[in-house]
Amino acid sequence: MLLEKNKFKAFKVAPQLAWLSALFFSSAGAVEFDIASKLVVEQRFFFKDALYEQQFDHSQASAFIESELYWSWNDGFDSIIFKPFYRVDSQDDNRQHGDIREFAYVHAADDWELRLGIRKEFWGVTEFQHLVDVINQTDGVEDFDGEDKLGQQMVNLSLVKDWGTVDVFLLPGFRERTFASEQGRLRPSLVVDKDNVTYESSAGQQHLDFAIRWAHSIGDFDIGSYWFHGTNREPVLTPSKLGEELVLQQHYNQMDQLGVDVQATLGAWLWKFEGIYRKTSDDSFVASQSGFEYSITGVFDSNLDLGLLTEYAWDSRGETDLGNSGATFQNDIFLGARLAFNDAQSSELLVGIGTDLDHSADSFLLEANRRFGDNFKASVDVRLLQSSDRFDSTYTLRDDDHAQVSVEWYF
Amino acid sequence: MLNKKMLMSSLSAIALTLVTNVSLALTPAEQKGLDISTESKKRDLGWQDSTADMLMLLRNKQGQESIREIKIKSLEVDNDGDKSLTIFNKPRDVKGTAFLSFSHPVEADDQWLFLPALKRVKRISSRNKSGPFMGSEFAFEDLSSFEVEKYRYKYLADEEVNGLMTFKVEQFPIDENSGYTRRIAWLDKQEYRIQKVEFYDRKNSLLKTLNFSQYKQYLNKYWRADVQNMVNHQSGKSTELQWSNYQFKTGLKESDFNRNSLKRVR
Repeated sequence: MLLEKNKFKAFKVAPQLAWLSALFFSSAGAVEFDIASKLVVEQRFFFKDALYEQQFDHSQASAFIESELYWSWNDGFDSIIFKPFYRVDSQDDNRQHGDIREFAYVHAADDWELRLGIRKEFWGVTEFQHLVDVINQTDGVEDFDGEDKLGQQMVNLSLVKDWGTVDVFLLPGFRERTFASEQGRLRPSLVVDKDNVTYESSAGQQHLDFAIRWAHSIGDFDIGSYWFHGTNREPVLTPSKLGEELVLQQHYNQMDQLGVDVQATLGAWLWKFEGIYRKTSDDSFVASQSGFEYSITGVFDSNLDLGLLTEYAWDSRGETDLGNSGATFQNDIFLGARLAFNDAQSSELLVGIGTDLDHSADSFLLEANRRFGDNFKASVDVRLLQSSDRFDSTYTLRDDDHAQVSVEWYF
Repeated sequence: MLNKKMLMSSLSAIALTLVTNVSLALTPAEQKGLDISTESKKRDLGWQDSTADMLMLLRNKQGQESIREIKIKSLEVDNDGDKSLTIFNKPRDVKGTAFLSFSHPVEADDQWLFLPALKRVKRISSRNKSGPFMGSEFAFEDLSSFEVEKYRYKYLADEEVNGLMTFKVEQFPIDENSGYTRRIAWLDKQEYRIQKVEFYDRKNSLLKTLNFSQYKQYLNKYWRADVQNMVNHQSGKSTELQWSNYQFKTGLKESDFNRNSLKRVR
C-alpha cells in the first residue's frame, strides 16, 4: 500500500517536471530524457535468537525500488535529476520508508557549477570508516555500515580554479538519522525515539548549515580540506522516560568541524588519511582514519586482481567506559582483502575484519557479488559481530550475526 | 624485396657489432620501426578532441554474448598523452559509472573513477595495465592512446594484410607493468593505419590477435576503424568493438575533463 502511494507520488511529479523543462528550455535545444530503475529483493537471516524480547527472531524479508529520472538540455550543461527511493520490510516498521535521494538542478559552466536541490555529496578516501563525510545524514535503517545517506537540501556553488576546486554549501533543512524500530534487529538495547527530538539551536531543523571545501590533485596526491558549521549529524542519545518506557532521546548539538583527506597514489600503493577536529558545546576532539591499499594484478598467473587493505582508527576521546562517553573507533585496526575476478560477470569478493585494540570487540564481513545475464546482479553478505565489553557499541549487536542474500534487477 | 630484407638484417648485424655498449644507437631495423611508428602518430595529430560511442560484444567459447555500451570523450594534449572520459551505460548495473584518465607517454597515467551509487570519486592505481577491461579480451593498455615513447621498435618485413601492403613492426613495451613481452603490428604503407596486432604474453607465446576493419576517414585526415575484433587464442574468447558516431573538433575543453565533469557526465 505504501509502495503504491510512493509510486503515485513519483509518477505525479515526473510529468510536471518534464513539462516544465520542456516549456522553459525548449529554446536551448532538445531536452533529453532518461530513466533507469532498480528493484532489489533482500532476505536476511539472523543466526541467533533476538537479544531483546520485542525483536523478531530470524528471518527478515525486504525489497526496495529506486528510480533515476534525468532530463538534460543545452548539451548536458543544464540538467535535472530526480531519484525517489522506497523500501518495504517484513519486520521493521522504521525500515519501511521512502526518501527523495536526489531532486536537483545543475548548471555547469566552464569554471563553475551551480547545484540546487536535494543531493548527495561524498567526501573521503578510506574504506572502513567515512570520518570526513559530513554533508548527508546517515540512513541508519538501511545498513549498519552507515554508507546509505538521506538526501540533503542544498545550494552548492563549485568554482574550478588553477589552484583547486572550491565548493561552497548552504544547507537548509536538517534530516534526523533513521534508527531501527522496537521490532528491528541491529539496534541498541533501548529503542531510539523518533519523536521528542531536541536541538541545541533554537532554529531546530531549520538551522542553516554552512560548509566550504577545497580539493585539488597535485601530481600523485589528491588533497581535500573543509570547514563545516552547523548541526551535528551524529545525535547524542540519552536514556529518558517515555511514559513507562525507557527510550533513547536524540539531541542534535551544533558543531564546527575541520576535515582533511589525503590520498597518495604511488604505483600499486594507495596511502590514505582522513582526519577531523570537531568542536561542540559539550566537547572537542580529534579523530583519524589512515591506512593503505595495495593491489596485486594478475595473481596466481590469472586475470584476478587482489587488493589488500589495512586501516587504523584513532580518536582522542578514547574508549567508552563508565563515566566516559568515548568513541566507537578509538584504537581499532581493520584488515581487508578484495578479489576482483575480472570476468564477464564482474564477480567480486570482499572480506574484512575489524578489531578494537583496547577491549574485546570484533567484526567480520564478507561480501560477494556477480552479474547474471545483462540486467541482474546477486549478492551474498555475511556479517559477524562479537564483544564482551558492555560499553562497546558492538555489545548490543553481539547476537545480530547475519547473512543476507539479495537479487538486483536493473530496468 | 628479399635482398633488401637480407641487406637490412646484415646491416643490423653489422650495426649491432659496431655499436655494442652504445645503447642509444639504433640498428637500421630499429630505426625503420621507430620511423614508421613516428610517421603513423604524426599523421594522426591535430584532431583536438573527439567523441564516439563504443559497443563491446563479449563472446565466450560457447558463443554466449554479453554487451557493454560505452561513450568516450577524448582531448588531445600537446606534448603529453591524451585526456579521456569514459562513460558506462551498459551493463545496467554500472550505468553512470565514469572513468577519467590523463595519460602520459612514459610516467604512470592519472586515473579517477566515479561510482554513482556512493557519489564517490576515487583516484585509482593506473598500474593495472594488463588487467581485462570490463571482463573483455581487451586489456586497459590495449585501449590507451598510442604514444611513440611507449615502445621500442623493430621493423621486421613487408607483408600483405587485408589486401594491403603493410610494414610489419615489432613493438617492445617500455613499461615493465605491461602484460606483453612484445606486440607485432601491421601498418598499411599507404595511410600508416594499424591493420592487425598480435600480442605475446609474458611467456612470449601468442595470446591474442586484433584485427581492424571498416576504416573511415574523418575531416579528410583521421582514420578510424569501425570494427576491432580481438581473439584470445588461449581462452577461445573474443571481443568485438563496434564504433559509431565519431565526431572530431566538437569544442571540448580542459574543463570537460576534471573531477566536476566526471561527476556530472552522461
